[in-house]
Amino acid sequence: MKKFLNSPDTILAESLDGFAAAHADLVVLGPGRQFVRRAGPVPGKVGLLSGGGSGHEPLHAGFVGRGMLDAACPGQVFTAPTPDQILAAAAAIDTGAGVLFIVKNYEGDVMNFDMAREMHAGRSETVLTDDDVAVETSTWSAGRRGVAGTLIVEKIVGAAAERGDDLAALTTLGRRVNAATRSMGVALTSCTVPAAGTPTFTLGDDEIEIGVGIHGEPGRRRERLRGADDLAAGMIGAILADLPAPPPEVLLLVNGFGATPLMELYLMFHAARRELAGAGVRVVRSLVGNYVTSLDMAGCSLTVTAMDEGLAALWDAPVHTPALRWGA
Amino acid sequence: MPTGEAPQRRLIRAVAETIIAHAEELTRLDQAIGDGDHGVNMQRGCAAVLADLDRIGALPWPQALHAAGTVLVMTVGGASGPLFGTLFMQLGKSLPPAPTRADMAGALAGAVAAVKARGKSDVGAKTMLDVLDPVLAALRDGDDDWRTRLPAVAGAAAAATAPMQARRGRAAFLGARSIGHVDPGARSVALMVEAVCTA
Repeated sequence: MKKFLNSPDTILAESLDGFAAAHADLVVLGPGRQFVRRAGPVPGKVGLLSGGGSGHEPLHAGFVGRGMLDAACPGQVFTAPTPDQILAAAAAIDTGAGVLFIVKNYEGDVMNFDMAREMHAGRSETVLTDDDVAVETSTWSAGRRGVAGTLIVEKIVGAAAERGDDLAALTTLGRRVNAATRSMGVALTSCTVPAAGTPTFTLGDDEIEIGVGIHGEPGRRRERLRGADDLAAGMIGAILADLPAPPPEVLLLVNGFGATPLMELYLMFHAARRELAGAGVRVVRSLVGNYVTSLDMAGCSLTVTAMDEGLAALWDAPVHTPALRWGA
Repeated sequence: MPTGEAPQRRLIRAVAETIIAHAEELTRLDQAIGDGDHGVNMQRGCAAVLADLDRIGALPWPQALHAAGTVLVMTVGGASGPLFGTLFMQLGKSLPPAPTRADMAGALAGAVAAVKARGKSDVGAKTMLDVLDPVLAALRDGDDDWRTRLPAVAGAAAAATAPMQARRGRAAFLGARSIGHVDPGARSVALMVEAVCTA
């Protein structure tokens, strides 16, 4: 293992302290590092709260700020945060209009957020994200995972919360965006959890993992590495096959897992966009970068969200967070 | 260890120390079919229980178990935190101060039901429930010599998760590739049962 590290035991604390100091104009680190919250809560606004295991940076704390999340709870690496963290964060951002929890559909996240919701005194709702089409076993497992599409839900719902939508409307909107979103990932390498010290799985030099999750958990199957056009075609094919019909206009997110250079991500964007065009799907909004990562994993995911005018306006609305900023 | 250590303190300490001693093994099991953090997370939770042992171990049986479960929920995280925390918290809720074997079986039955509800799961999904359920049956139906019997029951049940295909937890995403590996949560329960019986 080769990492910038003092000790695996302190990596999260030191990283959070650095994050909070670097973005002191936008965020505040809560007591005991239980949560990161927006500097300056907005009275009367519904509080948007997300969280999950660390190792996916900038998700979620990097999306705390104007036009997106009000707070994020960082768990240990790839480990859901605990109910006391979530409760403390909810209390810190609940200004009376209620709290909306945006939770990736992983059992650990769901259970910890459930326990916190059972204990939270104020009004709250949950939007579960489950955009990963790689999970083919959803009828008899805990269902699809929430992956990079979560960022799109957080951005669009965040914009609606900023303009003053109420808890019920935001819940409906979040579920609608999630339902319009599909993702598919491919890993070129495994990743190393600092406390474990060795890669979570091993891939041969010519092997890739199709349908990988964002925790280094293996995906659908292992295949031989092949050309990028071919890979993009397979990923877009899986996404479109899962939608009732090819949507006319979409947002396309090419999300890096942490160790893949932007040069390759843009190459994948080019390939995916052409593949979508071939199916009659026009890319009207786009985002390319490392946003929902898996530590030092090489690889990427493609996410497609069916767009309409209303969603596009919310996507374009000003956002000012450590990791996403436009119009503000 | 100090003589006259309260039994609840001794058992909770034994469970925590056993998990910590096996953390690397649990991590290896989780790397095979999960995300490789089960040992690390359980170790962190058990270390927190040990750090708070003077308070927890001085409480009566029910409160001591509930307190240990609460510490696990607040420190383990992931899926294991709510599941193992719920197990101990519920045991504490339904155990009388001086439990008989029937009391223990009754409390464990309630705790197993609570774990099933929390995880929306049941036996046969390659999880901790596949050890808890047979241990409960052996405790309820067998004779009073449970300390001798249960470790073998738990160990065999954990080993029997290897040929199963996971239907819950991250291992479920592997489908058939989860077959051939012992479930780390099941192994943790077996270790806990062994610790309780031999402490």
